[in-house]
Amino acid sequence: MAAPAAPKKSAAKDVNADKGSGPPPEFTREQELTALRDMLLIRRFEEKAGQLYGMGAIGGFCHLYIGQEAVVVGMQMALKQGDQVITGYRDHGHMLATGMDAKGVMAELTGRRGGYSKGKGGSMHMFSIEKQFYGGHGIVGAQVSLGTGLALANRYRGNDSVAIAYFGDGAANQGQVYESFNMAELWKLPVVYVIENNRYAMGTAVTRASAQTDFSKRGISFNIPGEQVDGMDVRAVKVAGEKAVAWCREGKGPYILEMQTYRYRGHSMSDPAKYRTREEVEKIRTDQDPIEQVRNRLLAAKVSEQDLKAIDADVRKIVNEAADFAQADPEPDVSELYTDVYR
Amino acid sequence: MPIQVLMPALSPTMEKGNLAKWLKKEGEPIKSGDVIAEIETDKATMEVEATDEGTLGKILIPEGTADVAVNTPIATILADGESAADLAKAPAPEMKAAQSAPPAAAAAMPASPAPTGVAAPQSVAEPDPEVPPGTEMVTMTIREALRDAMAEEMRRDPDVFIMGEEVAEYQGAYKVTQGLLQEFGARRVMDTPITEHGFAGAGVGAAMAGLKPIVEFMTFNFAMQAMDQVINSAAKTLYMSGGQMGCSIVFRGPNGAAARVAAQHSQDYSSWYSNVPGLKVIAPFSAADAKGLLKAAIRDPNPVIFLENEVLYGHSGEVPKLDDYVIPIGKARIARSGKDVTIISWSNGMTYALKAADELAKEGIEAEVIDLRTLRPMDTETIVASVKKTGRAVTVEEGWQQSGVGAEIAARIMEHAFDYLDAPVARVSGKDVPMPYAANLEKLALPSAAEVVQAAKAVCYR
Repeated sequence: MAAPAAPKKSAAKDVNADKGSGPPPEFTREQELTALRDMLLIRRFEEKAGQLYGMGAIGGFCHLYIGQEAVVVGMQMALKQGDQVITGYRDHGHMLATGMDAKGVMAELTGRRGGYSKGKGGSMHMFSIEKQFYGGHGIVGAQVSLGTGLALANRYRGNDSVAIAYFGDGAANQGQVYESFNMAELWKLPVVYVIENNRYAMGTAVTRASAQTDFSKRGISFNIPGEQVDGMDVRAVKVAGEKAVAWCREGKGPYILEMQTYRYRGHSMSDPAKYRTREEVEKIRTDQDPIEQVRNRLLAAKVSEQDLKAIDADVRKIVNEAADFAQADPEPDVSELYTDVYR
Repeated sequence: MPIQVLMPALSPTMEKGNLAKWLKKEGEPIKSGDVIAEIETDKATMEVEATDEGTLGKILIPEGTADVAVNTPIATILADGESAADLAKAPAPEMKAAQSAPPAAAAAMPASPAPTGVAAPQSVAEPDPEVPPGTEMVTMTIREALRDAMAEEMRRDPDVFIMGEEVAEYQGAYKVTQGLLQEFGARRVMDTPITEHGFAGAGVGAAMAGLKPIVEFMTFNFAMQAMDQVINSAAKTLYMSGGQMGCSIVFRGPNGAAARVAAQHSQDYSSWYSNVPGLKVIAPFSAADAKGLLKAAIRDPNPVIFLENEVLYGHSGEVPKLDDYVIPIGKARIARSGKDVTIISWSNGMTYALKAADELAKEGIEAEVIDLRTLRPMDTETIVASVKKTGRAVTVEEGWQQSGVGAEIAARIMEHAFDYLDAPVARVSGKDVPMPYAANLEKLALPSAAEVVQAAKAVCYR
């Protein structure tokens, strides 16, 4: 593609320019309440999914997002209509954040006909063209090239949409990530690479798998700017997301955000939990929980405990209805075995 | 004795070329390294450098001569002390007849070492139902037919674009995209870095967003790097999304054995891709099919693997002159009718199949030759109908035999026409070894017309 004659000055010097530049701007009360509700929806949904998995209602792989909620919720607050989202297999949170219906997501987890993929995709494979959610991809790193292609389509069409490609610290070591970085910067594609560094690729700690553990620097040799972000603080995520998205919309090419976050649960439901201590998990839950941070700020701002409980009750209702639907909905008709192979 | 300058080959698969221009005149001194002439093919141009010193004695092939066979003497160089009188000693007396021949007749030069015509006699070929009777036919190479197909579809649909290595400024590694950059510009004809995995994924992502990319692999050997994106992302997403999100994309490029490039650059992936539900797989042989099927592939809403063949790119054939010549995917073509044995092949395998049919005809065996054209979905109906008529079948493929397409065809014949078979189905295939480099071994590793003849006779018990 004929890239505009953008100045070839090194953008890499922007890397980490904002690191440690003080606390993020405060949210309005409205924003705090929205963030709280959206993060709670993910938390309660995932807790319920874990429960249903334990009951045998959900099969196969099931990767829960608990602990990382601030990342997708903060990023979503920075996007506008038409921006696309794509991610890997730990995707339930991303789907709920883009506004996909909890019933459809949960019914897909249980493999029922009312699921987003009619029960044919499962936990890792759901899509919504309406919500501009492009999956849900089970092969580690594949979504990075695909997300680059979404951005390529934006450039081709000449619109101002931005693609958000989420991947983890594990996927960040895949070769195609760097192939994508190269093309994205070469062609100035509007894509934000959001690296959700939850410290473990399955059971392998970042320090045991990565020569460069500062993931914001992973784009330096391509001149892609990057930042490390407190991924447990939804306000920090939103402000970083806005900056990255604006960079893309201005035609300056891709941007990397390393979200420093943490996964409370195991990699999947069959995690042996031998690679980290219970104390480590507890400490982060106590000190940094993304939802508690918002709740505490709201309480400090004199929002009543009762109002917060009402939000929680509202979210629980949505999740329970989704769980009921997902268990009552029939399995796909057997005739569906041979549909949707071709169109 | 005067030294002969021979027509060089630009590539291992070049059989003939045009002598575009002489840069030296008869009688001019020549030093080693001097550029003495320019030759060209439909793919590229090349300068001919002298490797010997002396005087340009005689130009044997005048400039502007088309279709000069590789290794034809094109000039003589006189060494010091030699004169024009020595020219008679040069061992190329037959060439003199060609000197004054018009370019069109030059194709018939006796020195032509390579068999060119592989098409079956027109009289026995079944008429193409997609072409109305009386349609004007244009002769073009497969390379040109493919290019025209892409250009026509790009004119028709602004969402169609091509990306790949060297597709734009270089005009295509095999010159299939020649001229597309000039007509459509860099936005729609995109050179990519050497990044098969990455650009295949980016192409699939763009297709998920609703565009219709044509992704060129310089050869399908390199597509192995991109296999995950082709299979896991392109082929499966429609199903995994419950029909919500598909992927209209064409992956195309040369597949199969090239010439003298050894094992890593010479492999037939027909059976690999045809194994995968969600993909359509096309492998044309004729120029007309190359054009009509590529247009169909680009319009198809599914991911399509379009397997071309480097050896065939320069082959010419007749293409119907129609505004919109589109051949339906999934239909085989009876390339030659016969009643005694059915020979089934596709792509370059057809070269051996048709040649064998000619040989068999001389011995009184009338072979029916089916060009599958599409491997997935496979036109079982046409195969079975033919086998019910002949009672005997031979499959021909360049790929390996184990789990090959021939094995699949044999299974389908067994399932649908077992009672009609008068002999077990025979398979002719590439040998069960990586492709060797040495010319003699390479030839042995590939199927041959002789092997097809032998197999056909065996199933006819003759």
